[in-house]
Amino acid sequence: MKPKRALSNIYIALIMLFLYAPMLVMVVFSFNGTSSTGVLDDFSTKWYSELLKDSVTLQALSNTLILAVTSSLIAMVLGTAAAVGIHSMKKKWLKTSVLTVTNIPMVNPEIVTGVSMMLLFVFVGRLVGKSDVLGFPTLLIAHVTFSLPYVILSVLPKLRQTDRHLGEAAQDLGCPPVTAFFKVILPNISSGIISGLIMAFTLSLDDFIISYFVSGPKFQTLPIVIFSMTKKKVKPDMYALSTLIFLAVLLLLVLMNIMQARAEKKEKKAQSARL
Amino acid sequence: MEKNAVIIDLKNISVSFDGQPVLKNINLYIRDGEFVTLLGPSGCGKTTTLRIIAGFQAPDSGEVIFEGKVINGVPAHKRQVNTIFQRYALFPNRNVFDNVAFGLEQKKLPKAEIRKTVEEMLALVNLKGFEKRRIGSLSGGQQQRVAIARALAVKPRVLLLDEPLGALDLKLRKDMQVELKNIQQRLGITFIYVTHDQEEALSMSDTIVVLDNGEIQQIGTPTDIYNEPKNAFVADFIGESNILDGIMHEDFSVEFHGMRFQCVDKGFGKDEPVDVVVRPEDVDIVPPEEGMLRGVVTSVTFKGVHYEIIVDIDGFKWMVQTTGYSAVGDEIGLSIKPDEIQVMKKSAYSGLYGDYSSFSEEFDELSDPDSESSDDAPAEV
Amino acid sequence: MKKTSLTAKLVNAPYIVWSILFILAPMIMVVYYALTDRDGNFTLSNLTSLSEYTETFGRSIWYAFLATVICLLLSYPLAYIMARSKASRQRTLMMLIMLPMWMNFLIRTYSWITILNNTGILNTLFEAIGIGRVQMINTPGAVILGMVYNFLPYMVLPIYSVMCKLDQSLIEAAQDLGCNGRAVLKTVIFPQSLPGVISGITMVFVPSVSTFYISQKLGGGKFMLVGDAIEMQFQSAYNYNLGAALSLVLMLMIVICMLIMNRFTDNSEEGAMLF
Repeated sequence: MKPKRALSNIYIALIMLFLYAPMLVMVVFSFNGTSSTGVLDDFSTKWYSELLKDSVTLQALSNTLILAVTSSLIAMVLGTAAAVGIHSMKKKWLKTSVLTVTNIPMVNPEIVTGVSMMLLFVFVGRLVGKSDVLGFPTLLIAHVTFSLPYVILSVLPKLRQTDRHLGEAAQDLGCPPVTAFFKVILPNISSGIISGLIMAFTLSLDDFIISYFVSGPKFQTLPIVIFSMTKKKVKPDMYALSTLIFLAVLLLLVLMNIMQARAEKKEKKAQSARL
Repeated sequence: MEKNAVIIDLKNISVSFDGQPVLKNINLYIRDGEFVTLLGPSGCGKTTTLRIIAGFQAPDSGEVIFEGKVINGVPAHKRQVNTIFQRYALFPNRNVFDNVAFGLEQKKLPKAEIRKTVEEMLALVNLKGFEKRRIGSLSGGQQQRVAIARALAVKPRVLLLDEPLGALDLKLRKDMQVELKNIQQRLGITFIYVTHDQEEALSMSDTIVVLDNGEIQQIGTPTDIYNEPKNAFVADFIGESNILDGIMHEDFSVEFHGMRFQCVDKGFGKDEPVDVVVRPEDVDIVPPEEGMLRGVVTSVTFKGVHYEIIVDIDGFKWMVQTTGYSAVGDEIGLSIKPDEIQVMKKSAYSGLYGDYSSFSEEFDELSDPDSESSDDAPAEV
Repeated sequence: MKKTSLTAKLVNAPYIVWSILFILAPMIMVVYYALTDRDGNFTLSNLTSLSEYTETFGRSIWYAFLATVICLLLSYPLAYIMARSKASRQRTLMMLIMLPMWMNFLIRTYSWITILNNTGILNTLFEAIGIGRVQMINTPGAVILGMVYNFLPYMVLPIYSVMCKLDQSLIEAAQDLGCNGRAVLKTVIFPQSLPGVISGITMVFVPSVSTFYISQKLGGGKFMLVGDAIEMQFQSAYNYNLGAALSLVLMLMIVICMLIMNRFTDNSEEGAMLF
């Protein structure tokens, strides 16, 4: 048993090395004294201070956050309503076809989604006689569209798990249907809604390919700015920024992990209390 | 009970789902304070009937009348009836107290009054001290009690119970049956109870409504239903029964197994073909020469209180329950008193139920408890 | 009842309108542009001129296929080891695998240049131990490495999640019936994990076959993939009609690949949902 264990540990370590090598490079070079991303020089934090002065990057960062917040919130509301609607659909063919359409942005290559939306916007732009349609509104539409399926698919299972008589029970006790939904159904699916929201938010933050096709020069997100930078030579301030993002994500994930572990413990306790 | 006023009246109710009729022209009235059970196999329409009364399902045609007023258009949340759902449908995000308080909160009652009522209700169902418990931490039986307390808290005129004990194990189910009946008698509320368990129906109800295929087969007291089933379906679904083809020659005289028997039934046409029901416990075993019928014992099963004996008479396997022992292979005689013979008109169910030739206790217990109808279709070899 | 169905319609309507406008209409746009010329007249020339791109399509499929196979070979043991670890270890490993997905993929890919360059980290290492320089950057290998690196988590996660749900008693039953370790893997574990493998394959293959950034950066632009061709038409050559034709064919190609894959599984429910 022992050598097998060691073998699997070595295997995991190698995979992790593969996954984290570029990140390590990124972190190390963010402290490089020169502007090279190939040769190491003195230790320095100048790229971090440089980053704070770079107005283009900061503007892009704030654009990205604005877009992520608005698009994920819209996707959450629209997606939850859609999930509830799909769940209550009685006609099977309708349900299947709506779900199939919902799946399209997930199974389609991102580049095709991006291109197709760009074509639509350009086409409509031409119809109304505007040549510079691409900007914040088109980005927002695109981000809501590709986030929607993730919200729907994380809310739907929660709805299926919910006792289908719950809403009826509330009505039975004197609650009008709409209030019944907010009072007893919503609390039960809230975990699905929240995880859908988080997913939508992170997808939006990170999206490059689709944004690349539907954005214009007036409103650029961070990934697009990074892309145009990597076209030339990347300066270590990009690495500094990525290191900071890396730390933020790490912190968030660790927090989520701890919360999950706590919830699991609580669940176990509740189970033992039942006996 | 008879003097009480009618509280719910269903008139010519029909419902179909996707073109499939579920209820066919149901007419049923229920008196105030009555314990009525809708009994039938799964898919017979009993739950749909309940949902129509609760307001979750609109009938395609027909009227739902509550105390003389048609309430077809009244939504569920405005009806004075409350439901106990099959899986209780307790609100998982609220604790026991908040679940029971839910209906009272909807009525916007003062806090103190809500607290008082909830405590009363929890005491009624023996759950004092459980107020702060989470629903997930309760056992099935406890959840059941919370569901009862929650429905009763709003003081319904009629309580609808949809197979409320179906998820509990046998022992707990028996206890809850007694408890529910007690609660019903103490509060004097009308209970409409849906079940597929004939024993449950017989022991709890004032009136039983037997349903099959979306049609009412028989309405009556438990004794009526058991002793005088109207057709082969009711006879077979409730209790064990030997169902034979017979001919009613004249009033008080019926023929089966080629023999004439005296009976207490009348009002059939001359020489009308009929179904004859004899309950296994109503047959007396006598020495062969004294018997009205003669047969050979093919199997004997000890059941504790009695023996269950299968007797072959002219190829028809009878079931007889008796306290006396007979060995397999014995020739015995059967004697049946006139009032133990129930004669029924032929119906769509005639000839469906056969004899006990394929009857096996083991099989019965192994099979899904949900399909408790003793549908021992004869697997003739 | 009639009232609730009206509410259901109101809940559904916004999403149905949204998906028609922003999922279906863009797809129609792709078809429209692919079948018209610059002036909007019907033509098949866009599609016929695609014959020039046969090599590009072939290369894309071949590279994506290799990347998918490598991902599968790397992920399967990893997912297996993960699924059989302690809960706390599972959580940590999950987090470590997901973390890179949250980072900007442009920067992560760019970092590989530092590692693979002729004067990069690996070559410096090779020279130090006397192997000498190896040409790594701007080779097909580097492109495939980039794909594996970027999409590996998409393969690990679905396989891991089906392996977690694997019924332990099934494995025990197989052992009880005289299966040795390898036979258990072959007869019980692998067939059971197939749905995860299938979804992993789609999740790696689709982005690999349609990527454009990885090939530009790690392949030095020498190995044009379909993604590159599409990107070029939209962002520099401005021939939307040809780009749309390329996208259409790419989309159809993926649908065909997935149909073929679905034939290998009896997961008819999911299949019905996708198509």
